Amino acid sequence: MQLFIEQVLNGIGNGVVYGSVALALVLIFRTTGILNFAQGEMALFSTYITWKLASESDGFGLPIVAAIGISMAIAFIAGAAIERVLIRPVEQARSPLNVVIVTLGLFLGLNSVAQLIFGTDPQLMPSPFPDGNVELFSSGGDAVVVSKATIGLVLVLLAECLLLWFLLQRTKLGLKLRAVASNPDSARLHGIKAGTMLMLGWAMAAAIGALAGSLVASQRTGFDGSLMQIIIVYAFAAAALGGFDSLIGAVVAGVVVGIADALTIQYVDPLEGIEVVVPLGLIFVVLIILPNGLFGRRTVERV
Amino acid sequence: MSLLELANLRGGYGPVRVLHDIDLVVEEGHVAVVLGANGAGKTTTLRAISGLIHAQGDVVFDGRSILGRSPDAVAKLGIAHVPQGRGTFTDLTVEENLRVGAVNRTDGEVKSDLDRWYSVFPRLADRRHQEAGSMSGGEQQMLALARAMMARPRLLLLDEPSLGLAPLVTRELFAQLGDLNHNHGLTVLVVEQNANLALDIGHWGYVLEAGRIAVQGAAHELHDDEAVRKAYLGF
Amino acid sequence: MSMPSDATGAAVEPAIGTLPEGAEAVTAPGEPPPLRPHLPRPVLIARIVIGVALSVAALYAPFYFTPENNRILSQALYLSIAAMGLNLLTGFTGQVSIGHGAFFGVGAFTTAILMVDHGWTFEATIPVAAVLSGLVGLLVGFPALRVRGLYLALVTLALAVLFPRVASKYVEGAGGVALLRPRRSEFASLIDGLDDDQWAYFVCLVLAVVLFVLAWNLVRGRMGRAMVAVRDQEIAATTVGVNLAGTKVGTFALSAAYAGVAGSLSVMIDRIADATSPILYLQRSIEFLVAMVIGGAATILGPAVGAFLLVWLRRNTEDLVEGKEILAPAIFGAALIAIVYVLPEGVVGGVDRLLARVGRRSSGSLVRPAPASASDVPDDSTNPGGSHEEGT
Repeated sequence: MQLFIEQVLNGIGNGVVYGSVALALVLIFRTTGILNFAQGEMALFSTYITWKLASESDGFGLPIVAAIGISMAIAFIAGAAIERVLIRPVEQARSPLNVVIVTLGLFLGLNSVAQLIFGTDPQLMPSPFPDGNVELFSSGGDAVVVSKATIGLVLVLLAECLLLWFLLQRTKLGLKLRAVASNPDSARLHGIKAGTMLMLGWAMAAAIGALAGSLVASQRTGFDGSLMQIIIVYAFAAAALGGFDSLIGAVVAGVVVGIADALTIQYVDPLEGIEVVVPLGLIFVVLIILPNGLFGRRTVERV
Repeated sequence: MSLLELANLRGGYGPVRVLHDIDLVVEEGHVAVVLGANGAGKTTTLRAISGLIHAQGDVVFDGRSILGRSPDAVAKLGIAHVPQGRGTFTDLTVEENLRVGAVNRTDGEVKSDLDRWYSVFPRLADRRHQEAGSMSGGEQQMLALARAMMARPRLLLLDEPSLGLAPLVTRELFAQLGDLNHNHGLTVLVVEQNANLALDIGHWGYVLEAGRIAVQGAAHELHDDEAVRKAYLGF
Repeated sequence: MSMPSDATGAAVEPAIGTLPEGAEAVTAPGEPPPLRPHLPRPVLIARIVIGVALSVAALYAPFYFTPENNRILSQALYLSIAAMGLNLLTGFTGQVSIGHGAFFGVGAFTTAILMVDHGWTFEATIPVAAVLSGLVGLLVGFPALRVRGLYLALVTLALAVLFPRVASKYVEGAGGVALLRPRRSEFASLIDGLDDDQWAYFVCLVLAVVLFVLAWNLVRGRMGRAMVAVRDQEIAATTVGVNLAGTKVGTFALSAAYAGVAGSLSVMIDRIADATSPILYLQRSIEFLVAMVIGGAATILGPAVGAFLLVWLRRNTEDLVEGKEILAPAIFGAALIAIVYVLPEGVVGGVDRLLARVGRRSSGSLVRPAPASASDVPDDSTNPGGSHEEGT
């Protein structure tokens, strides 16, 4: 029982990571209708920037929280620039496949440039969370603990969700963003600057990615250019599972994926080595029963 | 006093020229009707006004030239354009759709306007939290009209509102439109294929043919003129 | 992906129950659309001359180039087969897949296992690989019916990531890892007088030609029109009797079979079937997609052009960055973006447009099926991701 809970907590810890990247994916999708395959590598680049700002030995030695904040601001601007310069002109030629190619090009390019600038050695990212564990309860023998960092990650993620939800559902700006995502031409006719909204969507997603990447890196014993490569696949899984148009769905699905993964590693021996089958298999099954994901809204197709 | 004036308007899509020298006037408080067959350039005219396509010549709104402005700038000047296909925000709810209409307003009367339009279109009130994309064509058209009105526009551009609607619904729609014009002084430029209903509420009519104005005149005259009807309006 | 439009180019939301106005994509069965409008004489002659020249070059190439270069050409050939398969599914039928690397892998491992564990000759394994991967494609195609658009893309992505894991579980090679290396001698040329690498090249060439001609015939015929109908206006397609499920699933299976053949060929060329890297087959899937897009989606020559361009680009970026190998993917990525920026319809699409301006109407033999809206009149689509033209 104790092992089970520990694994679940483990899974939650990983799941929160997947969920936070999935959040950025869903945000871009909800505001621009695009699947950004480069999300992970954009986050990676920002993570390196955070490291550079915070590192005592190789960088500027700023406090980690400040470094993350600045990195997020840089990511915000960069995200807007990428949308304006690379994505929009290609999209205007009206081929969604072309946009996919551009994001794939970014995927390749950003990873390589990051390694060029920052080197290929593993680096250490300071953690913004206090060290140590929190005891949940003890059952007979050892106590079941969860690290403070995990709790911190969960809280940060929840705060992000809350803020985004509030922005999108309860503010005029959010309404404009969603209107542009739903029908950009019609939005323009209502006096909304569609281009600005698109840039904003990318900017926010980039900033969220920067936060997610920095936090993920801080929880590892070292990070390098491969940080995001597997995470992005799990994040896509989480986003799809949750239904691409639901922010909270992405987060919940991320946690589900994390837990399923952890439990499989622990308990299902025949699947040893291919535990990734579980989260991916989960997607297959869920999407077949619920083609719009767990939380996605049914789109009625009116002819 | 003319609210809208098109002078020597020319325009189209890339190499395809659709409009050739359109001269058109819409008086304040009037309903101007633009008729014509498919492909005559009716929709293109509206798009040129809204800045959705590049055009040459001049578009003068309330004494100021607005040619070349972007669609969102034109909208902010007080022109509401309901495009063909209604422009519904399908993923948003009915109420959110209406709020989008008012998104650039800074006065505090948005809520009371919402109530007002809900009472004019009770079917929208019933569905206020429903996803707009799941509504019928007629309901979406009502929504489009209400949404446009939420901006408190001075000029309403309507592109083929009757398209895809059942006759009864169309009748109702035009009745509403007529009422908005009569009792609330809304200026309307409506593009239609359904000439009958449009001319009934209209003051002045234009018939477009191959990108030019073939005939124009007082709406009821066009309506009664047999030659015009047979040649251009098909009834 | 695109809204039908009326003659003024405005988007027309179709009235319930009727065919959308102006939807030209579907013609009633039995009425072939003019896919080959009259070409001006000079263009036609130029085409024939170029075609003959290319054929001669293709046949002579292996005797002229070194074995290493022949290997590269063969790589481009099998890549083009896979890209063509994907083109059938994604370009023509509109079902986006970034998982065809998995079918490629099925083909590759089928061949490798049959050769290493059961002693088959290479050439005999090719049809088996095709059938097996086609079957897997069929299996995937059925549930894929339920899933649309981007979810389909993600499901296929999952497939591509899943494959190496599953393969590594059940396949064990000489070193204890999921890696099979059939011996070089097993690929010996079946014809005396031809070197092994030349033989390999010709096998690839013949298969590529056969499969491309097959695809061309398919696209020109009834099936091709059904595919395009499914892509452009699914609901309307059903109203004229297109078997939606059959078209989608069938195309899935066929495209998978193409990828499987490519995978099988890759074992001969690269002499390896490798499942140790978790993202290898995802990278393959992306390669196919990129080749298709930069060559020109929904064209016949596009996948081939794209494949050769891709291989060429890769080689040259690798050479360019001697000493700074880490930059290679960056330059490659930048090149991809540049191509898509400048030629949104791919190379073949761009050439088509150029010829259209030079000639009279749009050229036909590169087979671009009639799109739902005229390319000169921008359709004012009201779906998300539509025009974002604006001065901000």
